[in-house]
Formats: sequence, structure tokens, C-alpha cells
Amino acid sequence: MTRRRLDIPAGRVDLSHGAGGRAMAQLIADVFHAEFGNEYLAQGNDQAAFDVPGGRMVMTTDGYVVSPLFFPGGDIGSLAVHGTINDIAMSGARPLHLTASFFLEEGFPLADLARIAASMGRASREAGVPIVAGDTKVVERGKADGVFICTAGIGIVPPGLFLSGNRARPGDAVLLSGPIGDHGVAIMSCRENLSFATAILSDSAPLHGLVAAMVARAGAGLRLMRDPTRGGVAATLNEVAQQSGVGIMLAENSIPVRPEVAAACELLGLDPLNVANEGRLVAIAAPDAAAPLLEAMRAHPLGGAAVRIGEVVEDADRFVQMTTAFGGGRIVDWLAGEQLPRIC
Amino acid sequence: MKYVAEYRDAARARALAAAIGAEAAAGAAYAFMEFCGGHTHAISRYGLEDLLPPAIRLIHGPGCPVCVLPVGRIDAAIALARDPRVTLCTYADLMRVPASKGTSLQKAKAGGADIRMVYSTLDALRIAAAEPSREVVFFAIGFETTTPPTAVAVQRAARDGLTNFSVFCNHVLTPVAMRAILATGGEAAVRLDGFVGPAHVSTIIGTAPYRQIAADHRKPVVVAGFEPLDVMQAILLLVRQVNAGRAEVENQYIRAVTETGNQRAQAAIAEVFELRDRFEWRGLGWVAHSALRLRPAFARFDAEARFGMATPAASDNPACECGAILRGVKRPAECRLFGRACTPETPMGSCMVSSEGACAAHWTYGRFRRRTQPAEPAHATRVRSA
Repeated sequence: MTRRRLDIPAGRVDLSHGAGGRAMAQLIADVFHAEFGNEYLAQGNDQAAFDVPGGRMVMTTDGYVVSPLFFPGGDIGSLAVHGTINDIAMSGARPLHLTASFFLEEGFPLADLARIAASMGRASREAGVPIVAGDTKVVERGKADGVFICTAGIGIVPPGLFLSGNRARPGDAVLLSGPIGDHGVAIMSCRENLSFATAILSDSAPLHGLVAAMVARAGAGLRLMRDPTRGGVAATLNEVAQQSGVGIMLAENSIPVRPEVAAACELLGLDPLNVANEGRLVAIAAPDAAAPLLEAMRAHPLGGAAVRIGEVVEDADRFVQMTTAFGGGRIVDWLAGEQLPRIC
Repeated sequence: MKYVAEYRDAARARALAAAIGAEAAAGAAYAFMEFCGGHTHAISRYGLEDLLPPAIRLIHGPGCPVCVLPVGRIDAAIALARDPRVTLCTYADLMRVPASKGTSLQKAKAGGADIRMVYSTLDALRIAAAEPSREVVFFAIGFETTTPPTAVAVQRAARDGLTNFSVFCNHVLTPVAMRAILATGGEAAVRLDGFVGPAHVSTIIGTAPYRQIAADHRKPVVVAGFEPLDVMQAILLLVRQVNAGRAEVENQYIRAVTETGNQRAQAAIAEVFELRDRFEWRGLGWVAHSALRLRPAFARFDAEARFGMATPAASDNPACECGAILRGVKRPAECRLFGRACTPETPMGSCMVSSEGACAAHWTYGRFRRRTQPAEPAHATRVRSA
């Protein structure tokens, strides 16, 4: 049987691509399998079957609706892979497998879809975490915004490691893997009604390699890790303070923010602490584990600028506070309402 | 960050704090109102109160555009937005302000009203040009800083012959509000020794409009920038004026503000707008000649005339102290709702919505102080016992 190839350069998604017939099979084969190709997908079954190593398994799911779909330093595809890997990795786990569902809007250019799939495939290969199952749905024009992606992922936690948001204790150190706010500012810089020229790229990156190096060095001295995505470092630390029943004291001087990010935030009236990151992590470590952990982080390419930004303190009110660079004190609060719609 | 970091320097802040402490008269207490929400925000965000000597009390003023807009005007905007022909364009700050009957623009939007957040008046103009079948209304609020962009939008709409663009005008005037605060007597009176004068407003109107206020009410005004060192330097200048018995207008913000202000902006305002007889402010009530409306020549761009809009009488939640807080008579933590029923996630009053609102600023940045500092009495006396 000969079949006509998909017209990827000029074609568009139509309802037949989600109808379960030949058109859908062709889309999956030419776009997704071509880019994700691995032994599990090659089996052609409705599910991926694999052996599971021993240990505690973690599982996560995430949805991606970022606008715009392509932004400086990444796109919705690479973001979906990195974001899911990072959610797994923050438990200290080694990510094993991902799945991805695509919700496509009728009329979406096939060239854009192919570009997104290629980016996902590249991100997945580079991270060594295959996409082993997927699904495709097409909705009528106007019922979605180009493409939405839903992922799931599993990973295995090394024996003896129990990271959790309720494990911060007074005296623990708060560590940050690099400068904050890059992703949120990169997204904002290309919003149609806000566009400004900047050289800032999203920090979107898979953090499981950095995490593995940290776990190897600090082991049980590591209390918990979080990737400060939506809501930024401020939301992440407030979550930890609530879960652990502690306060956190930060020093503004120690928190790295690139000058371009600081300038953009200044212009837009945003606080970099509330701006999203997609390739940074916050770690809380026992007092004597902080120094070796920082050393391990700095030895990894994604943690080269790691710093200690504060300390866990006793506080019945569970406040996250900060000594400002100006010399005063203030609360670092959750963001109220929305700052930026659809950043991930 | 160049040209900004210089105004946030901790060493200079300590030096200024020491100078203020040294020059404050022994046993004296100074109460200064920072009129603008921009100052309120900076004071809270940088923790200025931790640096100032206890003799200085800062009173938050009404200069928060979202905060002073009375509920009835938001109700009117929501009613307009529910008109299926209308697309209402608004600055994002207004979306969550509580209106009557538990509504807000945000809830009206979720309920199907076509309400869009814009960053500039020109975005609203672009929407009007792109969607000629929609009646595009810009919800204009703010003091003299945001008035020129609205004026320019109306001028451009007239020039381009746009027939589907109009403005729901709620622009208000700073000097009139300052006079209203000083003229309030009796229980509602606030004791203050001077003003940290507006920053961005003054770039438009200049320093001259404050001269008569300072002279009439014997209160010094120091126009100050929005950076924390600006505010501290202004406080030092105010302390010096009070100590010397002077009540003058001084300009700390010389890098942006002149005596006469921005003439082009003033000309645009004058061409498009005229004074209203009176306007209702949350906190200050009805104030004569305190707001602007479109001139008859631009009546076709005036949403109130175009849609026969009515402003329903509406009152705030009776337990909400926004009014007293906007007059500087009460502090946020003195409101029974503060931090309990009223937080930025579930605001009961406007002061908890805008980042420039006194309640939002105190909640977001300063609420830890409740437990370390006893609350000030509502009416601070001019001279405390040492």
C-alpha cells in the first residue's frame, strides 16, 4: 500500500486527524513516532509495558497551555518534557518514563506541530527519559488554543531517601540553584501586547542530573527540593513554610537575579520572587549538609550559580520574611490573583 | 541595575536615617502623610519603617486610584460590560475590586461579559479599530498620571474617526484631594505635619499646584520620587521644615519633576477634559471639582453619555474601614476585617486589592510587625511624652 505523506510544510490539523482513522494513524506515525521513536512506541500497543526496578515509585502529571507556544529558550514541547522530569526529580527520584497527550485545535499548522514534536523528542533523548505512550485528540476551531499537552511521568526514588515538604526544620539552610525569573520574563517579552526586546532565554531545563549529584553528595542531609515554577520562589517557600510549620528568613542581597530580568520586572511592576522558573530548584538542607551540597550543585552545569539564600526559623505564623537589600524587613508573600496568564 | 540601585543603597539609607534621628527634636513626634500609593508600596516593600526613628510616623494617604473609586462606579462599569454590544477594557488592578452583591469585574467576565485587561489606552484603541462591530469602552481611572494617556486615546479616536470607542471617565485630581483631607475637621480629622508629595503626578502637574495648599494650611509638601532613598530624603527635608516652622513646597524629585510640569500633557488634558461639579471618593465622600469628564466637543467618546450610564448609590461593607484608612485616620491593622475576612485573595475593600493600597501593602509586606510593635493610637498626638 502506498500512502501520501503528510503535507507538513503547508498542511493543517483537521478533524480527521483525531477521528481514529488512517489520517490519525498517519499523523501519529509521521509526526510523533518519527520524533519520539523508541522500543516501547515501536510495539504499537495501546500501552507501554516494562519492568520496574525495586524501590519507591513516584508518579506525576502535568498540563501545558503556555502562550506563546514558542518562546526564547524553548517551546511548549521542551517545556512539557522538562517540567514533568523536574516534578519527578524533586522527590530525589530518577525519572524513567513519560507519556504525552495532545489536544490539537482544528486548523493548527502541521509545521508547528512537527516543530513541537521534534523539540519534545530532542528534550526527551537528551534527558534519557523516553516518551512511551501518548494520545491525540482534535477539537473544533475555537475550542482550544493551538495545542495543549498533558503529560505523566514515573520515576524511582533511591533507597533510604524521603524528601517531603514537611521536613524543613529550624536551622536548615535554604539553597537556590541559580538566578531567578528568566522563564517568566522570557515569556512576557513575546506577549503580543507587551513585547519588549530582551536577550533573556527561558531557563527551561531537566534537573534530574543535578538532583542525582545532590542526592549522591548529601543523601539524608537533603530535606526537600522544589522547582519554583508558577508563583516563583515566593510561592515555593510559602508552601514549605506551611507544610513544615516553620518560618523562613531570606537575605535579598543573596538572591541572584540577572540585571535584564531585574530591569524587566522593574518596568512591569513585578517582583522577581513571584516570577516563574523552569530550570531552577530550591533545596532545604540540614545545617551540616549545606556546604557539601552547595559544592555538589556548583560542580554541575545547571547549578554553577547555586547559592544559600536563607535559613529556616521557628515561627508560629509560618511567615517567609526577607531582610531587604535596603536594610529593612518585609514579608515575602504568595502572589494574590494572577500575574501572568499561561506561563507553562 | 543602573540608575535604580543608586536609590536603594543601604549605606546611604543608614546615613539618612541617622540624620533624621539626629535632627528630630527631642520628645517630638512627626506625622507625615505619603499621599501616593506608590510611596506606600515602596515604604512597605523596602521595609522603610524598620530604618526610621520612632519619632517619625507615616500616614498612608488616598493616592491609590483603585482604592478611591467608589463601589457605585464599579457597579456601573459591570452593568455596562453586561451589555452584549460592549467590550470593556480595563487595567488589571480593577478586576478584583469587590462591587455590590458579591460581584466584581472578574466575576462578571467569568459570567460571560466581554471584559479585557489592557496595559495601555492604545491597546483599547487597537481593539476598537480591529473589531468595528464591538462597542469598545475604556474604563479610565487614576490621578493626573494616567489622565494624559486617556486624553491622547480620545484625541486619536477623534483623528482616526473611530465611531465605536468611548471612555468611562473616572479621572480624579490630586491637589483637590489634599485640600479635602486638610479641610476635614472633627472626628474624621487626621493630624499631620506635612506631605510626602506625589512623584509621577508631579511630573505632569509640576510643583506649583501645591504652593497654595502649603501656604493656606501651613503644611510643608516635599515632592519625592518613588525609590526608598527618595522617601527618606523627603522625610529629612520635612523634619527640617517642621523644626524651622516653615511650610514650603520643596522638590526632592528634581530628576523628573519641574515647577511647571509637562506642558504637552497638560494641554492634552485641557483639550479633552473639563471639571466635574463634584465626584464621589471612597473615604473622602463627595468632593467639589475633584474629578474630570469629557468636554462636550468629545461627548461622542463619553461612555456615560453614549450609553446613558447611571451610577447607582452603593455602599461599602459596613465593617470595612477603607474609608478611614484612605483618610489616614486608621491603620490597616485597626480594621476588624484585616487579615481575617479580608485578605488579598478575598478582598472585602478596595485597599486590599491594589498593590498600592495601604491594606494590601501592609498585608503583603509588613504584617509581621503586628507582633513586634504595639499599634499606634488612631489619633497620634503632635507631641508625645519622651
